[in-house]
Amino acid sequence: MEEKAILDIRDLHVWFRVYEGVSRVLDGVSLYVRGGEHVGLVGETGCGKTVAMKTAMGILRSPPALFPQGQVLLAGRDVLKAAPIELLRMKGKTISMIFQDPLSALNPVFTVGQQIFDVIRFGHRWIRDDGALTKTKVRGIAMEALTSVQLPDPRRILSLYPLELSGGMRQRVLIAMALVNRPRFLIADEPGSALDVTIQAQILSLLKSLVKEAGIAVLLITHDLGVVRETVERVYIMYAGRVVEEGQTVEIFDDPKHPYTQGLLSSVPRLTGEALAEGIPGTLSDYTEAPSGCRFHPRCPQAMEKCAQQKPPMVKVSTKQHVACYLYHGGGG
Amino acid sequence: MSTRASHHQVTTGLNETRWMIIKDRLGRGWYKFRRNPISLVGGVMVLLCVLLAIFAPYVTPYPKHAGAFTDFQNAFQAPSKSHWLGTDALGCDVFTRIIFGSRISLMLTAVVLGISVPVGVFLGLISGYMGGKTETVIMRVTDVFLSLPALVMALAICAAFTPSIDKAMLAVASIWWTWHCRLVNGITRSIKTEEFVQASKVLGASPLRIIFKDILPNCASPVIVKITLDAGFVILVGAGLSFLGLGAQPPAEDLGTMISFGAKYLPERWWMTVFPSLAIFFIILGFNLLGDGLRDVLAVEEGV
Amino acid sequence: MRFSYFVLRRWLYSILVLFGLSILIFIIARMLPGDPARLALGPFALQEQVEHLRHVMGMDKPLPLQYWTYITGIFHGDFGLSFQTRRNVALDIAHYLPATVELVLVAIVWVLVLGVPLGVLAARYKDSWVDNLVRVMAFIGVAVPPFVVGLFLQLTFSYLLGILPTTGRLSLMTPAPPLRTGLLLLDSLIEGDFSALGDALKHIILPSFAIAMTGIGQIARLTRASMSDVANQDYIEASRGFGIPNRVIAFKYMLKPASIAPLTILGLTFASELSNAFLVETVFAWPGLAKYGIRAILRKDFNAVMGVVLIIGLAFVIVNLIVDILAGYVDPRVRIKHEEGE
Repeated sequence: MEEKAILDIRDLHVWFRVYEGVSRVLDGVSLYVRGGEHVGLVGETGCGKTVAMKTAMGILRSPPALFPQGQVLLAGRDVLKAAPIELLRMKGKTISMIFQDPLSALNPVFTVGQQIFDVIRFGHRWIRDDGALTKTKVRGIAMEALTSVQLPDPRRILSLYPLELSGGMRQRVLIAMALVNRPRFLIADEPGSALDVTIQAQILSLLKSLVKEAGIAVLLITHDLGVVRETVERVYIMYAGRVVEEGQTVEIFDDPKHPYTQGLLSSVPRLTGEALAEGIPGTLSDYTEAPSGCRFHPRCPQAMEKCAQQKPPMVKVSTKQHVACYLYHGGGG
Repeated sequence: MSTRASHHQVTTGLNETRWMIIKDRLGRGWYKFRRNPISLVGGVMVLLCVLLAIFAPYVTPYPKHAGAFTDFQNAFQAPSKSHWLGTDALGCDVFTRIIFGSRISLMLTAVVLGISVPVGVFLGLISGYMGGKTETVIMRVTDVFLSLPALVMALAICAAFTPSIDKAMLAVASIWWTWHCRLVNGITRSIKTEEFVQASKVLGASPLRIIFKDILPNCASPVIVKITLDAGFVILVGAGLSFLGLGAQPPAEDLGTMISFGAKYLPERWWMTVFPSLAIFFIILGFNLLGDGLRDVLAVEEGV
Repeated sequence: MRFSYFVLRRWLYSILVLFGLSILIFIIARMLPGDPARLALGPFALQEQVEHLRHVMGMDKPLPLQYWTYITGIFHGDFGLSFQTRRNVALDIAHYLPATVELVLVAIVWVLVLGVPLGVLAARYKDSWVDNLVRVMAFIGVAVPPFVVGLFLQLTFSYLLGILPTTGRLSLMTPAPPLRTGLLLLDSLIEGDFSALGDALKHIILPSFAIAMTGIGQIARLTRASMSDVANQDYIEASRGFGIPNRVIAFKYMLKPASIAPLTILGLTFASELSNAFLVETVFAWPGLAKYGIRAILRKDFNAVMGVVLIIGLAFVIVNLIVDILAGYVDPRVRIKHEEGE
């Protein structure tokens, strides 16, 4: 499976040096996405989803971030060890990202046009070296991209500042920027979650049709299980910097194994993230003094003595489902 | 009667929680202050200046040399064991005069801020709370006062008087209230629409009560930080006025005046200029470090 | 509301404030004890002479009428007679203003060429020596009186090292270029007189730097804070995610938004430079408006004081207007906010 993976994260640890000491935000995360596959990454706010994805994009600033262990292979190249120029070449063409908050992800003092032109110009150098890229050509590509995200009057939008666009329009502009260089893999960090529900639905269906059409692999980061169920084939459940369960979407929804996943699902159907934690007593742990063993054990209704002592490894529970929990270690041993 | 009682209960409840919040804030503030070495250094510097100024007659070697005193025999002596920082054109001990001079600087800043801050805060509260014509008039007047750089405005006002330290203080104080007025006006305007103020209003609290019990405490932190940062600035302006001959007049032992006189004897008799300059730097730096630290501690936004 | 309309309204309001300022100064000058005519003529002048001067100056008329005469005179370029020079104050101002303008302009250049790059470097290399230098300069800028900075510069570069002149705008030996703008640097450049240019430059370095010190520290500190603030914004991360090279991000996508905050305080920087000019011109015997103003204040030359104050107020208004326009140009948010009717 790994040879075909476009993104392959292996045992990734990410630490932050903070005032109180070292914050172990990611503690051995492994996940992969195959070419053309749509995968979900689900967890509460603050569980490390965004950090994992920023690491994959190579845009997490280090320091303060430290990478004591693990690998992030993007199309076979190790992002943590790659030269900056190599990383730069992959952006746009191999990997692209849709940022969480469309209100803050566009530079407020440049027009949409100025920003998207640069994305095309600098992406083009590596992807479509088919002769000189004239100004008119760049403009054409930009207009085409804006049209593809169903923005009316793209010519006018190019001359506007982000402030002059609505939230939904800004999200569409960001999608256009993310896809304009035809990436093979897209990370979508809670797309549309900052917008209201109807617009979010529009954005998601637009995104779905765009990636399907172009055969782009997608990693969808979200805390919204409803969205996951409708859009992705395979799901990772994350808790406090670790993947606790992995499997086909259908399987996970029908037969969740990890107590955390069970808790998550029992708090559905809800559309917003705040409600998620309600189903599970307690709060997400502090990363500088994370609980020993399984990080979920202080909140777990079925915790055993062992859970506090040792980190439970992933075990296979069916052909396509894995879980990190001692409840499923043969004979409860 | 019952509404009165409930009003009382509600407001005491509010006051108690507010007290807890303030206490908590003070506790955290003190904790942060102790851990912030820069503000601690600033605090120590200010404290040292204040103590030296208060006990000037006891800590200086030649207390008589402050004020009118001449001893031409010992004029222009370089720093030595008997005169640590040398003597000036009249034979006065420079060290003694610097310590006494810091008295004048501190007094200047205390008087100026003592007059202008209450006036500015009061006008800011009134204008922000009342709005309408009152606010327009008060804020337009502050605009007029702020239409010139502070020092230039102080100079222009000084022009009307015979130069003296009292008049310089008056001139600076008559400008300084505007800064506090603007600051407090802004805070009041934004706070008066908040729920707890509206709640007090609904419960029938009088405007004065709202202004002083609900709004004023919220202005405390920014105003305190501003006062600390201002203290240095006022000393700077005061020194400038004296340097130009519009502040304290000789033989008063003012630092700005000392520098202005000493400058005539540069570079040979450098001690007459260099040491008073360092003294001014020390005092102002102390207040600024303290103010910067307090700003962090009290979490007041930059730009105040 | 159009942005230009907003700027125009601010400008008109500032002019009104200037009127307020003139009334304020007028009242202070005329209501307070001390007879300006007596002061001008000295204690030994005869009462008749004093009365005569009062009459000539129109000071025997009621105060509002005096103000009216004064303020209408200004619109004809008549600022009244100066007691010291016995000339119209307008002439004096025209004579002394260019020297101060030149000094302040050079000081602004100092702030821009030193303050901004230092701030950018300090933000880029946190806790390095540049960062510490910026910190120290900021503290010196606010805690050392500018006249002390001036004196120390004089002490170091003129007395100890002997490489720069102590006072004045030109050496006695250097013939001044023909008067065109009154700005020596510009005049000598127009004339092609490079020895005069060099000499004028040598003279202006120390006083302009002493004036600029406050501003350099302020702008460097603010640029640093603003650069690090922008560096943490989502949109910078997004640009990196889209594959924009670091060089383009730093000099295009970061520098423009980061320049807004320092730009908005340029008005204050200018104010501090004007204040500093009043102190520093005295130290360097710079024959400028500030020095003229100080002399006028010490000698109770009220028309001159009024003239200087109003000119400085006007300069302040103009600078703030320029800053407003620049801010609107750099930051579309300012412009759009007003065009949408706020």
